[in-house]
Amino acid sequence: MEQLTNRRKVIESKPLNFLERAYLPAILSGLRITGKHFFRKSVTIQYPEQKREFSENFRGQHSLKRDEEGRERCTACGLCALSCPAEAITMIAAERQKGEEHLYREEKYAAVYEINMLRCIFCGLCEEACPKEAIYLDGDIVPSSFTRKDFIYGKDKLVEKPLNQ
Amino acid sequence: MKVTIDGISIEVPDGTSILNAARMIGGDIVPPAMCYYSKLQGSGGKCRTCLVKVSKGSEKDPRPMPKLVASCRTTVMDGMEVQNITSPEVVEARKGIVEMLLLNHPLDCPICDQAGECDLQNLGFEHGAAKTRYEFDRRTFEKIDIGDKIQLHMTRCILCYRCVFTADQITDHRIHGILNRGDHSEISTYIHAAVDNDFSGNVIDVCPVGALTDKTFRFKNRVWFTKPVDAHRDCDHEKCNGKVTLWYKGEDVLRVTARKDVYGEVEEFICNTCRFDKKKTSDWVIEGPRKISHHSVISSNHYETLIPLPVVKTNPLLVEANKEQFERQTRL
Repeated sequence: MEQLTNRRKVIESKPLNFLERAYLPAILSGLRITGKHFFRKSVTIQYPEQKREFSENFRGQHSLKRDEEGRERCTACGLCALSCPAEAITMIAAERQKGEEHLYREEKYAAVYEINMLRCIFCGLCEEACPKEAIYLDGDIVPSSFTRKDFIYGKDKLVEKPLNQ
Repeated sequence: MKVTIDGISIEVPDGTSILNAARMIGGDIVPPAMCYYSKLQGSGGKCRTCLVKVSKGSEKDPRPMPKLVASCRTTVMDGMEVQNITSPEVVEARKGIVEMLLLNHPLDCPICDQAGECDLQNLGFEHGAAKTRYEFDRRTFEKIDIGDKIQLHMTRCILCYRCVFTADQITDHRIHGILNRGDHSEISTYIHAAVDNDFSGNVIDVCPVGALTDKTFRFKNRVWFTKPVDAHRDCDHEKCNGKVTLWYKGEDVLRVTARKDVYGEVEEFICNTCRFDKKKTSDWVIEGPRKISHHSVISSNHYETLIPLPVVKTNPLLVEANKEQFERQTRL
C-alpha cells in the first residue's frame, strides 16, 4: 500500500525479558503510576457548580436585550434569522398597540422568538447582523436536557430580566 | 435615431427618452429611476436619480449639454452621446441625490414591510454614502389609513408622485393627491376620504418605498422569508386579467402583488379583489416559481445555479477544486 505519511513506524514485537515475565515488578510499577495520580491536582471540575473562566470572546446562550428604559430592543426584522447558517431562529412579528410603549421600543416587536439550541452553532452571525443591538451571545453554556423540545428557547428564556428586578 | 450610451450604440425610434433607450440596451448602464414609471403617463422628472451626462448633444449640434439631465424626461437626438456610469460626475451627483432622498427618510428598514424589495434601499446600497450629514430632525407624520386595506406612512414618502399618477390614471376620478408645497408637501386623500376604487391597491405596488403598504400583509413576515410564485385566475373585473405573484410562507398565501419586471415596475395592474380577497391556494392556478434576481435578498440562500465568489474564479487552485460544481447546471 502507498504510504500516506512519512511518519509511519514499523513496530517489532520482541519476546518479553525476565523481569517482565516475572509479573510482579510490572504490576508494581503500574500501581506506582496510579498512586501518583491520587495526589495530583485533578484536571476535571464539578460543572455546573464550578465553572471555568471563559475567554473574552466566548459565545454562549443568546439573550435578547432591553434598552435603558427597559423596553425590548428586538423589532423582529428577521436579519438574525436570515444570517443564521443553521436556520435556528424563527420569529413572528406583531404590531405594538397603544399603551405598550413602555414594553417595546419600536412599533413592531417579536411576539414569538424562538431559537433551536440544538441547531444553533454559536457562530455569532445573528449578533453581527442585528441592526438594533438586541441579541448577544453573552450567556453561559446552554444546559443539557432529556427531551428535544426543551432546547427550543422562547422569549421566556431569552429576554433579559427587567432592570429593576 | 442613433444614440450612444456609455459607448454602446443603439437605433431607437424618434421621441424615445434616454432612459428608455438605455433600457433597450439593458445591463449596468441603465440609470436607476425612483419616480419614472413606464406604465404611468407623465411620471418622471421628480427624483433626479436618473441624471446622466450628455457629452454630445446631437449630430447637428455636437455641443455637450451644460448640466446633467434627467434621462427619463430628455428625448434622444440623432447622434447623441450619453455617459452614465462611465462619468464620475454622474456617479458623484447620484450619490448626492441619494443623500438628498434620505434626508427625511426614516432609517426604519428593520420595521418597514418594503425592506428587501425597496428601490430606495437598493439605490442607497449601490450609490449612497453610509453616513448622513443632516443634523436636524427628520419630518414625521401620523400614519393614515387609506381605506381599510392600504396604509399611508408619509414619513417614508419620497414624493415621487407615482401613486398620484396611478390614482389619476387607473381610477376614474381624482381622490388622492399632493397637498402643500416644497418641504411641506405630503401625499393625501382629501380629508382622509377612503379610496374605494377597484384598482386602488396598485398604489402599493407603484410606491418605490414603504410609504404605501398593504395592511393585510402588515408585519406578517419579511419578504425574504416568503416564496414568490406566479399564478393567475379568471377575474370578473373586465380590466383585470388576474395575473399575479403570490407570496407564500409554507402553505399560506401571505400577500398577492402584481408581477414586477426587472425595473420594479408592474407588468399589469391588478384589481383589489385579486389583491386583498383571494388568499387561498384554491383560488389560483399556479404557474411556477417567480424568477428573482440573484442580487435580491429575496433569493438569498436559494440560488438556482452556482454563482461562485470572484476569488474562486481567479485562483486556479480553487477553480480546479470546484471543477465539478462549475460544470453542474442546477443546484443539488
